[in-house]
Amino acid sequence: MPDSQKRIVIIGATSAIAEHCARLWVKDAAVNLTLVARNPEKAECVAADLRVRSPQSMIRVLETDFIDPLAIQQLVDGIVAEGSVHTILIAHGSLPDQTVCQKDLSADHEALVVNGISPVLFAEAFAGHMQQANQGTLAIIGSVAGDRGRKSNYVYGAAKGLVTRYAQGLQHRLANTGVKIILIKPGPTDTPMTAGLKQQGSRLASVEDVAMRIVKAINKGEQVVYAPTKWALIMMVIRHLPNYMFNKLNI
Amino acid sequence: MVAVSSWGRLGNWEHDVQALSDKHQVVQQLKSSRPGIAYGMGRSYGDVCLNPDGVLWNTTGLDRYISFDETSGRFACEAGMLLSDIQRLAIPLGWILPVTPGTQLVTVGGAIANDVHGKSHHVFGSFGDHVQKIKLARTDGTTLECGPDFLPDWFSATVGGLGLTGIITEVEIQLHRVAGPWLDAETVPFANLDEFFYLSNASEGEWEHSVSWIDCISKGGIGRGIFMRANPSEVSPRSEPKGLKLTMPFVPPISLVNQLSLRPFNMAYFNIKKWQAGRGIVHYEPFFYPLDNLLEWNRMYGPKGFFQYQCVVPREVGRDAVQAMLGEIARSGEGSFLAVLKTFGNRQPVGMMSFPQPGVTLALDFPNRGERTLKLFERLDTIVSEAGGRLYLAKDARMPRDLFEAGYPRLTEFLQYRDPGISSAMSRRLIGN
Repeated sequence: MPDSQKRIVIIGATSAIAEHCARLWVKDAAVNLTLVARNPEKAECVAADLRVRSPQSMIRVLETDFIDPLAIQQLVDGIVAEGSVHTILIAHGSLPDQTVCQKDLSADHEALVVNGISPVLFAEAFAGHMQQANQGTLAIIGSVAGDRGRKSNYVYGAAKGLVTRYAQGLQHRLANTGVKIILIKPGPTDTPMTAGLKQQGSRLASVEDVAMRIVKAINKGEQVVYAPTKWALIMMVIRHLPNYMFNKLNI
Repeated sequence: MVAVSSWGRLGNWEHDVQALSDKHQVVQQLKSSRPGIAYGMGRSYGDVCLNPDGVLWNTTGLDRYISFDETSGRFACEAGMLLSDIQRLAIPLGWILPVTPGTQLVTVGGAIANDVHGKSHHVFGSFGDHVQKIKLARTDGTTLECGPDFLPDWFSATVGGLGLTGIITEVEIQLHRVAGPWLDAETVPFANLDEFFYLSNASEGEWEHSVSWIDCISKGGIGRGIFMRANPSEVSPRSEPKGLKLTMPFVPPISLVNQLSLRPFNMAYFNIKKWQAGRGIVHYEPFFYPLDNLLEWNRMYGPKGFFQYQCVVPREVGRDAVQAMLGEIARSGEGSFLAVLKTFGNRQPVGMMSFPQPGVTLALDFPNRGERTLKLFERLDTIVSEAGGRLYLAKDARMPRDLFEAGYPRLTEFLQYRDPGISSAMSRRLIGN
């Protein structure tokens, strides 16, 4: 591996946002990319695509359990042992059905673990190594849903709220080091689910735009990023609405 | 349910849209779904990609490259990839898609299912002529691979097969060598159809790309037009264009293409192009895809949408048939903004249901003015039918069944390969199920 290649690790590399970030990274320059995924079959398709886009890049897929703390620790230790990492993007998650979560505790549990605990464990496993190396950027994808609990998706929101508070603490811990921690809060994003179709009502952000915003924020080392930026304003209003008004909203 | 339309915007119909984004999951998704039809970019004009109140499988999430061999030009990708993504990858490396339609914002799966053609038909045939392999997922849970040399009958049914033989998930294409993104282009005005055919015949041997715009409304000028032809160029005169994209920002309350705008437009277009006539070096994007930088241009036809009418008629009767159609259009007072004329090369298409055949093709678009537009089409149908021609299914929203059956004699053979779990508004309108 040429030393000049930037080393990037993506956790949850088959998520649409992560995949589009990777496309932007390999477009900029040849990189050394590690894709960590639960589903290696799908991740290999992502890797093959990136190899065609950038034949000079080094791209590999690692499979791991996303729940088991020991497996996460071993995987991260292994990656770090190979050399220092410039950028880490923790991107996995899945949007649960709120009404199912309200009836089925195991769905509730899974949503909290996948969207909250698991990303935190990955971040924590990298944090110590990064502090020691005194360099690198770690970006975690949270969500606007973590800013205030809402009846339409508060289980997912609670998990993402955990990520928000965790990222805050980690930023505090590493404030006087060379390590940058970035929390990204995407708004509702147009994943392949709705692409190319004439949606009625609200317009979703395109996944390309959200990825572009994320890559830019990582380059600049911004601490908290709403993607697209307009969500910073929307969520400021929502966070500050008094309860008597908030409770009338069907959101 | 989501309201979806096709490029003609003739209506907005509710669909159950299911995203396909993981090629390994497609078979499972199809198996557990109600009947549907694949939907990519929605750039076909009529109802070939629609299935009102039923399922649409949105393929744009299948947008990954699979492999590209820079020494042989063999390229593989998932079926939802856009032709623009293939061009932008391949051209800097010295390879190009030999056949593309007038827009590159279509999926490769859609390009195969409609066996699209382009300005190079007389040299390279249609899109299907360059496809080496298709991976097809069927709703019964099976998959199959076909190509010109293996399961050629399935291949011939699927190329131009309107999405009815299965869902195309992966594709392999043989690209063509090219020096770079520039074309040596020439614009030649012509005064009438005889001049067009003379120019067309004279250009076929020496020009890789040719297409004409034809005036079908100006008094005294009907049949005149602008002949555009080009060859790949080895020079690179300047940096590549930035590709500024504009979007038609809203749907105007009435069609902007109307009696008031058409005459001045046709007059101005002809005279500006005539004035610019001559030879020059142009970038491939504005030459091949002149409207791709005006996103959602179809909105300019207003809330009622528009029809495309594209036919091909055999060369022997081509001149007279085109003359007769232009006469009908002039008499009707309906006008066409983007009237395009091109001669096809002398080769049989790959697909059983492919549109191109030896002859001359005329494409016209008309704002939807209801009954009077449809009446005009009936008169045009008569001319096409008498000439032994056919209409292009990718553009059609209204042709009668007898014209379809007469124009596509391999229909019965094709039907053996249909997937019973796939159905579209077009298949029900023209085939009955």
